[in-house]
Amino acid sequence: MTAVADRAAPAVPALLQMRGISKHYGGVRALDGAGLTCARGRIHAVLGENGAGKSTLIKVLSGVVRPDAGTIELDGAPVELRRPADAQRLGIVSVFQELSLLPDLTVADNIGIVDPPRRWGMIDARAQRRRAEAALARLGVTDIHPLAPVRDLPLSRRQIVEIAKALARAPRLLILDEATSALTAADVASVFGVLRALRDQGLAIVFISHRMHEIDEIADDCSVYRNGRHVASFAAGERTPNQIIEMMIGRDYDSVFPPRLAGPEGPENPPPALRVTRLSWADRLRDISFEIRPGEVVGLGGLDGQGQRELLLALFGALTGVTGEIAVGGKPVALSSPRGTRLPGGGIALVPEDRKTEGLMLAMSVRDNLSFAALDQLSRFGVIDRGAEQAAVTEMAELLRIRSDGLDGPVAALSGGNQQKVVIGKWLLTRPQIILLADPTRGIDVGTKQELYQLLRRLAAQRAALLLHSTDYAELIGCCDRVLILYDGAIVRELDGSAITEHNIVAAAHNLPAEPA
Amino acid sequence: MTATLRALGALFRRTDRAVLAAIGCNVVLLIAGALYDANFLSLDYLLQQLQVASFLGVIATGVLLVVLLGHIDLSIPWVVTLGGMMSTATAGHAGIAGSFAIPFAVACGAGFGLANGLGVAYLRVPSMIFTLATNTIAQGLMVVHTSGFAPQDHATPAMHLLAVERSILGIPNAVWVWAVIGGATVAMLRRTGFGRRIYAIGNGERAVYLSRGHVGRVVVACFALSGACSAFAGVLLAGYSTKAYQAMGDPYLLPAIAAVVLGGANILGGRGSYLGTVAGVILVTLLQSILSIVQMPEAGRQVIYGTVIIAMLLAYGRRPKGVT
Amino acid sequence: MTGRRADLRYWLAAQRTPLAAAALFVAMFALFIAKHPAGLSGNVVNTAANKGVLLALVAMAQTLPVLTSGLDLSVGNMFVMTNCLASVLVTGTPGHVALGVAAVLGAGIACGAVNGLVVVVGRLQPIIATLATGAVYQGIALWLRPAPGGDVHEGFADFMTSSLYDAVPVSLLVLVATVVVIWLPYRRSALGRAAYAIGSSEQAAYMSGVPVARAKLATYVLGGLFAAVAGLLLTCVTESGEANALLAGGYTLNSIAAVVIGGTSLFGGSGGVIGTIFGAFVLRTIGDLLFVFDMDALSQPLFLGVVLLVSVSLGSVRLLRVKRRLDLYR
Repeated sequence: MTAVADRAAPAVPALLQMRGISKHYGGVRALDGAGLTCARGRIHAVLGENGAGKSTLIKVLSGVVRPDAGTIELDGAPVELRRPADAQRLGIVSVFQELSLLPDLTVADNIGIVDPPRRWGMIDARAQRRRAEAALARLGVTDIHPLAPVRDLPLSRRQIVEIAKALARAPRLLILDEATSALTAADVASVFGVLRALRDQGLAIVFISHRMHEIDEIADDCSVYRNGRHVASFAAGERTPNQIIEMMIGRDYDSVFPPRLAGPEGPENPPPALRVTRLSWADRLRDISFEIRPGEVVGLGGLDGQGQRELLLALFGALTGVTGEIAVGGKPVALSSPRGTRLPGGGIALVPEDRKTEGLMLAMSVRDNLSFAALDQLSRFGVIDRGAEQAAVTEMAELLRIRSDGLDGPVAALSGGNQQKVVIGKWLLTRPQIILLADPTRGIDVGTKQELYQLLRRLAAQRAALLLHSTDYAELIGCCDRVLILYDGAIVRELDGSAITEHNIVAAAHNLPAEPA
Repeated sequence: MTATLRALGALFRRTDRAVLAAIGCNVVLLIAGALYDANFLSLDYLLQQLQVASFLGVIATGVLLVVLLGHIDLSIPWVVTLGGMMSTATAGHAGIAGSFAIPFAVACGAGFGLANGLGVAYLRVPSMIFTLATNTIAQGLMVVHTSGFAPQDHATPAMHLLAVERSILGIPNAVWVWAVIGGATVAMLRRTGFGRRIYAIGNGERAVYLSRGHVGRVVVACFALSGACSAFAGVLLAGYSTKAYQAMGDPYLLPAIAAVVLGGANILGGRGSYLGTVAGVILVTLLQSILSIVQMPEAGRQVIYGTVIIAMLLAYGRRPKGVT
Repeated sequence: MTGRRADLRYWLAAQRTPLAAAALFVAMFALFIAKHPAGLSGNVVNTAANKGVLLALVAMAQTLPVLTSGLDLSVGNMFVMTNCLASVLVTGTPGHVALGVAAVLGAGIACGAVNGLVVVVGRLQPIIATLATGAVYQGIALWLRPAPGGDVHEGFADFMTSSLYDAVPVSLLVLVATVVVIWLPYRRSALGRAAYAIGSSEQAAYMSGVPVARAKLATYVLGGLFAAVAGLLLTCVTESGEANALLAGGYTLNSIAAVVIGGTSLFGGSGGVIGTIFGAFVLRTIGDLLFVFDMDALSQPLFLGVVLLVSVSLGSVRLLRVKRRLDLYR
């Protein structure tokens, strides 16, 4: 591994050496003895699927997360990064995927937030503004006023400010974690120009992007990660994009997906459980039409933030101003609030993206969480029928094999996988006919993932209609009967049966043509 | 005997650490009081303390509901006064109105609470500032009310009966009233979907909204109940002191909030029990009483009062490290 | 885009609420003077200024923690406590007076530091922590001054409550001096900006390497100092000290109202003391207006409440623009 890294950066001694970094979150292993070596004057691309450990690695490097094990050396000297300020003092500057901007402050304040120019002990507003203007000008940006509050800027402009903020700090090691995901091609070009200039001045740059063509264009070295481990490092151009994708995917999980189950036969040609016609919302969802038949699992794929989340929220009644038509079981419905998704015959359930804030009441017991959505069914005149609740909750906990210290303990004490089972169980108690799932296996261990896949199949066999949004391509392939790929708020491709392949999904997610079969 | 012990043990394990701490502090206060003056443990004195505590207890009931949601109700002082004044004023009108004195006063309080709830739940104004404004309005109304015409300000016999008399078993009726309200609240919090939703909203509105819970309705109902509790406490206080007067609710806001928090409720919502609130109410009452018995000057009382609250919170009410 | 006009536009946008509060105050005060039988006399202005400045200073003390999305329910008590302390110490020779003033300001800083430590190091919720420390400060005030009374160096008090050239109230100058000497440098320091950063997003501030603990502590300390300046001024106005709990409570609540009317968000991150000052003046002028319009003095609190309720509810217009309803919920 080290030998490979050394070959990748032959002449220059390494600026950064990370070795044997491990990090566990509860039972989930985010990093497992991973390393990273970066040289001065090189742009180092870090590659891997969602959940491969890239983001955790970067968080360790910027002092946001403290690793369980491993060493970090900068310029050959071991360093300890306890908090973000430590990393910044050492010249390690990160541009995060989740923006670290202060929305109420102006662009100039944000760019100068750390170590602003001072006069008489006070911030020199003029100098700070000049510095901000210089940083923005360097990125070729002219449409951002330094006095504009960041909250008023669109996402792409915020990302530029975030990059400018990093540049203004004169880093030795610059990390860009998906920092260009919302930028236009022209913006990306000027950002790349700056990155190249910085590289030529001797900076080390770590670059993370899901856009392969960007990696191709700018990286000098590449390191590939999978399942929290370092797979390989090589100089850019040594491997074809296809080879890199194979490395990222690996070939070790084909077997975890259960086969489709035969369920009770429904009518020969049932009306679709859900039919969506020309659905649009703000400028985030465009003209979306599709249908799901009972017993079908339909995948929802694409790069992060292409409208998947909004589509699920729209189908759950949580957005206002949605246009288009939604029909459940052949009948048009008006979904104006989540309460409106209670429909005769079962209704719609949403397993939301962030289980900790949107799915669960963490401090409350497993029992309280499980029965929460079905409280109305379990109550008479507003009084909870404890016997019925106990029976329903116990049955669900057994059915889903929820592992806990009893139903009265707080749900916060459960592992991520068991928490997710509670969220799903909560909805199953309402007997929904349509289940929307937003990336339900994110951050969940492999064993529980398998159980969830089996559960999804069982539900489908019982003639529920499932819409599964996943950032894990393998899941879309292994679990889904059909896959819809979103790009910029619109469905750009529908893949069916044997057409659901890694290559086709990745290609469609980047809005590229499919590989000939 | 062993069965009782085992039941007690189970109760002990189930009960929140903060509630146990509050109960423990009560025991310590009782022992300390008894060491100073043996009369402190006399039945009569203790009943008298409970009677005083019951007024605070009724107010704290409403405070608990609102705090469990993660909100706060600063309109308590003048809604208490409003309750007292409306009941005495209604009683002043001859004829049928007199018998409606208590329900009318409570309804007025509930109306103010309803307004608070609507502002917080639907206008989404922070509860602290919205209830502050309604408090000022209640104050304004009462000032106008008392000055316009000279309303009758004396308590009715019914109010006197509720607040002062000891009709059953020699226990003050006010304590019975508190027990009934408390029992109803416990049943509501533990047995109904409404109670479950109160805790859930305090834990996170988003999860409740996405689980089809009625966020707005529950918030409005809790504020309305808080207003009703405050107004009813005002009725009792007017009965106790035989008349309603300006600013009679002012000394109750801070002790009520302190009692709820000392009883283990999280001021940010989602956690707290009625048992804890009862312990907190008695704790605050006993603390005030002991400080006055030992003839501690008011100055020392305030300092000790504040210091004890800080010390107890530092011991068991801290928020977890790293969470912001 | 980067011309002076754009600069002005952004500055105006950022100052919209404080400017609105200022405009409201000017309009109200002009009306007050126009209706006042004595017109624009030094005396009228002086009386109004003394009342307004007291609340403005206490509300400034409230503004600082609110900027970090904290709260200080002890400002009124610190105000009353320093009033009592001043009624004991600010007397005797000019040297004593100077020492006394220093001691009063120091006491305010100490109280603020205690608040800050309990919140930052003790990790207690500001609202409940300052509720308790407030009781302590009230107790100390009572200990210092069990009954209303005491005295203050007469020359000092007379000067502080007088008007220079019969036109410029000294109390107003004290307020301006506090703003110029303390607030403006603080606002422009890294520490001051850190307070805004924390209120805007504590997580992002931490990620950006902002000294979170130090900046929070500083807001409470400065709050204590502002409250002490107000307490000192109150002593000069009343020429005595009184541990009045009702006064303390009233000032605390009104300080929150002034902060909100002045355009500082209770969630932190935006606003500032300039708006707060005008918010406080607006609150005080409402009372004066009702007086000159011969409105029943008794309906004044009611009117005040309605104004407060309407002004805080106006912000809800923004709700109409929210399209992702999940964003409405915490």
